[in-house]
Amino acid sequence: MSAQPSPTSPASGAPPRKGSVDLATEFLDRSSPLGRIRNLLHRYPALSPGIVLVAAVIIFGVISPRFFFVSNLSLITQQVAVVGTLAIAQTLIILTAGIDLSVGAIMVLASLVMAQTASANHVPAPLALVIGLIVGLLAGAVNGALVTRLKLPPFIVTLGTLNVFLAVSLLYSNGASVIGQQIPDLITSTGNTFSVDGVGITYGVVIMLVLYIVMAFVMTKTAWGRHVYAVGDDKESARLAGISVNRVLLSVYIAAGAILAIGAWIQIGRADAASPNAGTDLNLDSITAVVIGGTSLFGGRGTIWGSLLGALIVGVFRNGLALAGLDVLYQTLAVGILIIVAVSLDQWIRKARS
Amino acid sequence: MDPKGTQLTITEGDRPSSTLPYSQPVLQAKALVKTYGKVVGLDGVDLELYQGEVLAVIGDNGAGKSTLIKCLTGAEIPDTGELWLNGRRVQFKRPQDAKHYGIETVYQGLAVSPALDIASNLYLGREIREQGFAGTVLRIMDTRLMRANAKQELDRLGISTLQDVTVAIENLSGGQRQAVAVARAAAFGSKVVILDEPTAALGVRESGQVLDLIRRLRDEGIPVILVSHNMPQVFEVADRIHIQRLGKRAAVITPQSHSMTEAVAIMTGASTE
Repeated sequence: MSAQPSPTSPASGAPPRKGSVDLATEFLDRSSPLGRIRNLLHRYPALSPGIVLVAAVIIFGVISPRFFFVSNLSLITQQVAVVGTLAIAQTLIILTAGIDLSVGAIMVLASLVMAQTASANHVPAPLALVIGLIVGLLAGAVNGALVTRLKLPPFIVTLGTLNVFLAVSLLYSNGASVIGQQIPDLITSTGNTFSVDGVGITYGVVIMLVLYIVMAFVMTKTAWGRHVYAVGDDKESARLAGISVNRVLLSVYIAAGAILAIGAWIQIGRADAASPNAGTDLNLDSITAVVIGGTSLFGGRGTIWGSLLGALIVGVFRNGLALAGLDVLYQTLAVGILIIVAVSLDQWIRKARS
Repeated sequence: MDPKGTQLTITEGDRPSSTLPYSQPVLQAKALVKTYGKVVGLDGVDLELYQGEVLAVIGDNGAGKSTLIKCLTGAEIPDTGELWLNGRRVQFKRPQDAKHYGIETVYQGLAVSPALDIASNLYLGREIREQGFAGTVLRIMDTRLMRANAKQELDRLGISTLQDVTVAIENLSGGQRQAVAVARAAAFGSKVVILDEPTAALGVRESGQVLDLIRRLRDEGIPVILVSHNMPQVFEVADRIHIQRLGKRAAVITPQSHSMTEAVAIMTGASTE
């Protein structure tokens, strides 16, 4: 079933033969425009968030002229950088039909370790970054080990480790933030900007984009990426195909931990500080980005790029609604509606398949 | 590994040479015993599978069919008894071990990944990487080669209904999905293909496609063990029929020597031969 593009308007020609389609061929039906759209969306999961993003940009641009100001576009990218990075880690885990509630907590822990070791313990900045990365890896490995060895649901595991990691962060930092002046320049450099045609772009945004490119490549071009999809799609058939399911799952959680540590670096630059209270909203925001980006919570379906689109959609909505002069409450309302629409769309796309 | 299975030259020091060297089984089970606590699953079962045949395994529920198959595929480890593959003693601790020796199994239900395409499913767990730097360092898969090979494999097995190997499995009918599962088992130079109730979930026409595929495997030189409840199908496609009863092999018959009624009689214990 190669879904051809251009779901042309049916209004003039032959009307779609509704009701006369027998059940066996319904899901392959290309004659009705709705069926074609569904096929198309199914084949290209990043298509629907892409359309939403473009529409949102146009609408907010019309509503508020300030939306397209260079400074505003620059601001949106900076606001998206941290959530966008966390969303990569979240995508990996959701693709395995899991969920990670501890992404924010791991990021906070790693950021505090980076900042503290470099400031209080006078560890050289590059080494401090590496230590933070290792902490992220280990935290991911703890999640992965609990999921694979104890066979606990990822939701429960990460709900537990969310609290554990946050508590450890608070204990480690004595509840205090490390401010930017105390942190070596290398570690806060992710917040520095350079200018492209007048648009200020931070190095943090660049790191996020590089991570997207690398991970999109890994997920589509390597056997490991394909195994991640297979495990999320159907664990049992993946096992029967000879894939070591537990090893794949463990490696996913460890990779996610590493990505979260890089997110921690970006966060320090963005906030010009490492704070134990930074990650509270980031858990749900990362899940939001992934879901709006078209990745299915049931696993096995979705793309890395979709999550960037999802993160951008949330960023554009929040920014656009704020520019339109609406209260922050309406931003939250809009994001909530977006989530429900995105998941409903996912269900609708999948429904005709089973 | 030789695809045609010219295995007859192997001689093992600790094994007396067979009296009939040309009829050496490809896969042989000797006196397999498997107990689960006090329940006896297998009570000394023998099984021989020869080159170029379809051996059906039938039996009532609880006769030990599944346990027997699990022991042959490494999903269960027999308590005692021996497995011989092409004259070599083998032991399987995991399904991967059996796979490693070229014993491929198609499990009941459709063990394929619905969201992945046909080529990805055929190569799942044994992806081919690109040559050189791209493959060894960047670990890029050679998607084009895998697709071309998948197409070739499907053509070889005469699965003409699957033209586009980039189609996701979930867009296929049940029979086509099972065909993909069978093709995956038959590809990659496997020595034995074991099918566990391959038509249980399928309609009449789709079952026919799978049976055709089983015959084709045999004609390609791959011996097949077929576990089935469906007597007409068994009698249609099998060369020999192993009848399992109460954890033992009750008889081995052929569709020519016995009728379906007689087979059922042996299965249920109403008759002994």
